[in-house]
Amino acid sequence: MGKTLVEKILSVKSETEAKAGNIIIANVDLVFAHETTGPLAIRQFQAAGFKDVASSLKAVLFIDHGVPSPAWQLSNDHMLLRRFAQETGCLLSDIGDGICHQIVAESLAKPGDLVVGADSHTVTAGGIGAFACGMGSSDIAIVFGVGKTWLRVPESIRIMVSGKFAHGVYAKDLILHLIGQIGADGATYKALEFSGDALNNISIPERLTIANMAVEAGAKVGLFTSDNVTKAYLTALGRSDQYQQIIPDHDAVYEKTININLDDLEPVVAKPHSVDNIAPARELKNIKIQQVLIGTCTNGRLDDLAIAAKILKGKKHHPQTRLLVGPASRGVLLAAIEAGYIQTLIDAGAVILPPGCGPCLGLHQGALGTGEACLSTANRNFKARMGNPEGFIYLSSPATAAATAITGEITDPREVI
Amino acid sequence: MLKGKAFKFGNGISTDDIIPGRFAHLRSNLPELAKHVMADAAPTFITNVKPGDFFVAGSNLGLGSSREHAPLVIKMAGASAILAKSVARIFFRNAINVGLPVLLCDTDGIKDGDELEINLIAGTILDLTTGNQLTFDKIPEIMHRILNEGGLLPYIQKHGDYKL
Repeated sequence: MGKTLVEKILSVKSETEAKAGNIIIANVDLVFAHETTGPLAIRQFQAAGFKDVASSLKAVLFIDHGVPSPAWQLSNDHMLLRRFAQETGCLLSDIGDGICHQIVAESLAKPGDLVVGADSHTVTAGGIGAFACGMGSSDIAIVFGVGKTWLRVPESIRIMVSGKFAHGVYAKDLILHLIGQIGADGATYKALEFSGDALNNISIPERLTIANMAVEAGAKVGLFTSDNVTKAYLTALGRSDQYQQIIPDHDAVYEKTININLDDLEPVVAKPHSVDNIAPARELKNIKIQQVLIGTCTNGRLDDLAIAAKILKGKKHHPQTRLLVGPASRGVLLAAIEAGYIQTLIDAGAVILPPGCGPCLGLHQGALGTGEACLSTANRNFKARMGNPEGFIYLSSPATAAATAITGEITDPREVI
Repeated sequence: MLKGKAFKFGNGISTDDIIPGRFAHLRSNLPELAKHVMADAAPTFITNVKPGDFFVAGSNLGLGSSREHAPLVIKMAGASAILAKSVARIFFRNAINVGLPVLLCDTDGIKDGDELEINLIAGTILDLTTGNQLTFDKIPEIMHRILNEGGLLPYIQKHGDYKL
C-alpha cells in the first residue's frame, strides 16, 4: 500500500513504516518558540534538568509577538530568551527580524523536515513540504532537550485542486472557502494534503497562506507536495541544495478527498466570531470597517503587499478607516521598499508597523475600540482576539482588505481592480 | 474518585476565551495570569470555582493558540478535570502535559451546577444531580502514561526520555 505525504515524511523521521493511526517517536529537525511561549518552555527545560540543547537540532528563539516590547513584563521575557540563546548557543531572532513562520519558511525549514514550534501557526511551513505542527511549551521544552517528540500519525484528507484563480480571487479565498465548507473542527487531528494539477500555478507564498490556516480547521498539518514550484522558490533564495522532491504515492490511502475548482471561487470573508463563518464579500457591502490590517503570518509577504499597493496606488484610505500594514519580515520590508510598495502604501495613508505579530493577537498595537470592526488579513477572528471583547473581526485576502480601506465598507476587490 | 461541581460552557470555547492574548505580559507571573481565566467569556467562573470542580464544555474546546497557559490557568483555578464532546489537538496535548485529565464524553446532559462524581479508573461519570451515568473515551496509551505521572515534566524527570 502506498504512502501519503505525511506517512512518507514521518516514516523517515521515525525510522519506522509510519502508517496513519500509529504512535511514533520522531526525530525533530527544527524546533522553535517565541516570547509568549518560550519563557514557560525554558523554565520547563531547566526544571527537567536539561542544560544543553540537543545537538541534532536546529533550535531557534524568536522575539516577534510584541515588538518593540509594549510592557516591562514582556521586556523581561525578551531578556530571558536572549540570555537562554546566549547560554545554549541556539539561534535568536530579535525584534525587527520578523514573524517566526515567515523566517522559518524563508531560511530555516526545508522539504521533508519535521518542524515543531510553540505556536499554532507552525503549520505554515507545510507550504514548502515540511511536516510542521504546533505544540505547547512543555512539549517544545522536551524537544529542545531530547531532540525528539511523540506523534500520532494523522489520517490525511486530500484536497484536490483544479482550475485557475479568477481575477480578484486569491489563495486566502481558497483556504477560507475550504474552512467554511468543512468547519472549524473539520480536520481535527487530521492532515490536510493538497494535490492536483492546479498546484503548478500556486506559488510558495500562496501555499504558505493556505498551509498557515490549516490549523483553523483543526488540522495537525497542512501539507503541500515538494515539487518544481518548491525547487524554484528555494533556488531563488540560494537554497537549491535543500530541495528534494516529495510527492505522495499514487495508491496512498486518504480518509477522504475534497475537490476544489479554483474557477468556482470568489472573494470571501470570514465574519465574527469564527473562521468558518464565511460569506461572499459582495454580500457584506454595507458593513462599515474602522480598521484594515494587512500583514501577519498569513498575508504579510511581498506578494501580498504588492497586491495591496497596486489597488491603493494613487488613492487614499477612507477617512473613517485606519490602514495598518505589517510586513512579515525584515526581508519583506526591504524588498517592499525597493519595489516602491511601501512608498505607495504610505502615500495612501497607511501606518507601517514593525515586522511582527502584535495586532493580530491583541498583544501590541492596533487594539480595537468598543464596537469597532476590523477587516484583517490574519487567520483568526475569535471574540476578544484583537485586544477587545467588544470588537468585531472580519478576515479576507489582501485585495479585499485594500479595496475596503478605500471605500470604508467591505468591498469585493473586483469592483476596484 | 473526583467529586465537584460542573461549570458548563458552550461549543467552540477558544484559547482567546480561556486566556485572552492581551494578558500575554502576565505569562511569566502565573498566579496573576490565572486570575483572568475566562475573563470575557465567563467572568464569574474564577470567583465561583472551588478546588475539585469540573470545566465542562461542548465541542472543539480550546481551538486556536498553542498557549499551554490555557489549560494551566483552568487547572490553577481549581478544576480537577475537563469534560468535553471534543477538544482541539494542541489544547488536548497541553492539558495532559500539565496533568489535567481530559474526559471526552457527551456533555449535552450535564447542566451548569450539576454535582459530578468521576471514577477515572472505571471510566465513569455519575451526575449526582440528575442520576445520569456517562462513560468517557480512552486516551492514547502514551498520553495516559504522561497523565499518570502528573504531566510531561514529571514524566520526563522520571524516564529521561519518551518510552513507547
